[in-house]
Amino acid sequence: MSGQRFVALLLFGSWLSTGIGIAAQRPTRSAETLGLGRPATANEIEALNIDVMPDGTGLPAGEGRAADGAPVWAQACRSCHGPNGEGGVAAPVVGRDPSGPPTVGNYWPYATTLYDYIARAMPRMAPGTLTADQVYGLVAWILTENSIIDESAVMNAQTLPLVMMPARALFVPDDRRGGPEIR
Amino acid sequence: MATRQKPSVTAPPRGNRLTRREMLAGVLSAAAVAPVAGQQAIETTRQPGRGPNTLDRRSPFVTPRRDPSSTSSRTPLQDLRGTITPADLHFERHHGGVPEIDPARYELLVHGMVDRPTIFTLDSLQRFPATSRICFLECSGNLRRGGPETLPQMVCGLTSQTEWTGVLLSTVLREVGAHPDAQWFLAEGQDSAVMTRSIPMEKGLDDAMIVYAQNGDALMPGNGYPVRLLLPGWEGNASVKWLRRLELSDRPFMTREETSKYTEPLADGTVRQFSFVMDARSIITDPAYPKLLEPGWQEIRGLAWSGRGRITQVDVSTDGGRTWKAATLQAPVLPKAHVRFRLPWQWSGEAVEIMSRAIDETGYVQPTWDALSAVRGPRGYHSNPITSWTIDENGRVLFGAERLRS
Repeated sequence: MSGQRFVALLLFGSWLSTGIGIAAQRPTRSAETLGLGRPATANEIEALNIDVMPDGTGLPAGEGRAADGAPVWAQACRSCHGPNGEGGVAAPVVGRDPSGPPTVGNYWPYATTLYDYIARAMPRMAPGTLTADQVYGLVAWILTENSIIDESAVMNAQTLPLVMMPARALFVPDDRRGGPEIR
Repeated sequence: MATRQKPSVTAPPRGNRLTRREMLAGVLSAAAVAPVAGQQAIETTRQPGRGPNTLDRRSPFVTPRRDPSSTSSRTPLQDLRGTITPADLHFERHHGGVPEIDPARYELLVHGMVDRPTIFTLDSLQRFPATSRICFLECSGNLRRGGPETLPQMVCGLTSQTEWTGVLLSTVLREVGAHPDAQWFLAEGQDSAVMTRSIPMEKGLDDAMIVYAQNGDALMPGNGYPVRLLLPGWEGNASVKWLRRLELSDRPFMTREETSKYTEPLADGTVRQFSFVMDARSIITDPAYPKLLEPGWQEIRGLAWSGRGRITQVDVSTDGGRTWKAATLQAPVLPKAHVRFRLPWQWSGEAVEIMSRAIDETGYVQPTWDALSAVRGPRGYHSNPITSWTIDENGRVLFGAERLRS
């Protein structure tokens, strides 16, 4: 094989592998479509896009303190989760003891998850009915009862993502990979 | 020798004629008064059976039942003999009840890091190139410890197997133009829990599916009708049912289910997160409680499966785990699927303990409860211990080793 041909082959090979590499890695970005479905409008996305992320993306306007949340707790949460969040027919949400049952205080790694979950799925018999202020108030009440924030703290889209949860550092990614080792 | 005899019926007087049905009923009730061994094989020939109908039902003598609690209902593994779970016996686990969804109003929104945010109707999803796959689906909370009188259904009935049909998620992601730097997507249901899980894009581009058929029929309501996500080999909770939205992102969303639930404290005090894959597992479903065994020939039968690929071997022990024999695997052995194993055996009539252990193509060997407990913390997700049945001298088959009993 001549030196020139060898170089050409090498170049072709590297071009191919680059192209194949990209295609295999991300085969999904293509301007060609089957023409199925219809474009979603901004309003349609807005209506369903209720998730809240750890950096605060998705948190709505509004705010609440523990004192604002206390009456909401008494009215909407207490009958299942107990007067002080100690649990009842539903799981406890208050408790810092690492050997106790999992709670917001000893297990939940992100404060934003509290907002997301309460707003989406609570109270169980009427999910999605609480206002943003009510949810912020409940989040503040639960975090205060767990001694994570001060009772005077205002929870809103700016302050909630800054709350550092006690259990955050405990979480590690899955390291099971199959094979003989039991993990 | 039983001979076929015609009933001797004298012609009734005119005006008082029996219908053919009444005549036959009379003959049958006479037979019922004096049952004769072997007569049933003749009786059923003496009147026509029922005609064709619109929807068949099981024989009235066959009554497999799921075992429901307030949050789930479990597949009766001890009543099934193949690998496909009848749709009405597939386990259910849901967090806000089963919604009733009108397919004409159903929509799936795909948005976030995509070029073309898109809404798909059920019809448009069904127009995509379709594909089918047989795989198991198992809840990662699939272990209940119990007393001696515990059925296979109660031990691990939160696993079932289906031929699912739908569209590969990668096909849908191509249609909407997924961004190259999207790393995760959120899957959201339209039940009252508005169930949400973050899924790595890697899985979405690998074998994830959006499915609308279960064993060739529409999905059962408890399994996501009209549309669910399907992540073969992964914990069932992540295969979000009643799917209404997929949002692509460059990071996980840290929903309640993937933080405060479906995570495992480990022995060293850390908490394992995003532990999606179901490790290899098996269970003997026959003989099992409540069977009464007679000495002599038995076939030991059970199910094995692994979320990491194919089962390569199932070992069975009939001496409490001291020695093991490889069981026969029923072909085809599919990846991420239930497989039947069987082993011929002679029961001597002495008290024994029988158990099975699954081995998958990664070389993983289903662990004992003690081996699992040594590395895991107090909570039970992803517990797949070897489970056993004890057989006493009277042939009573009872659930497992003392340490697995609660």
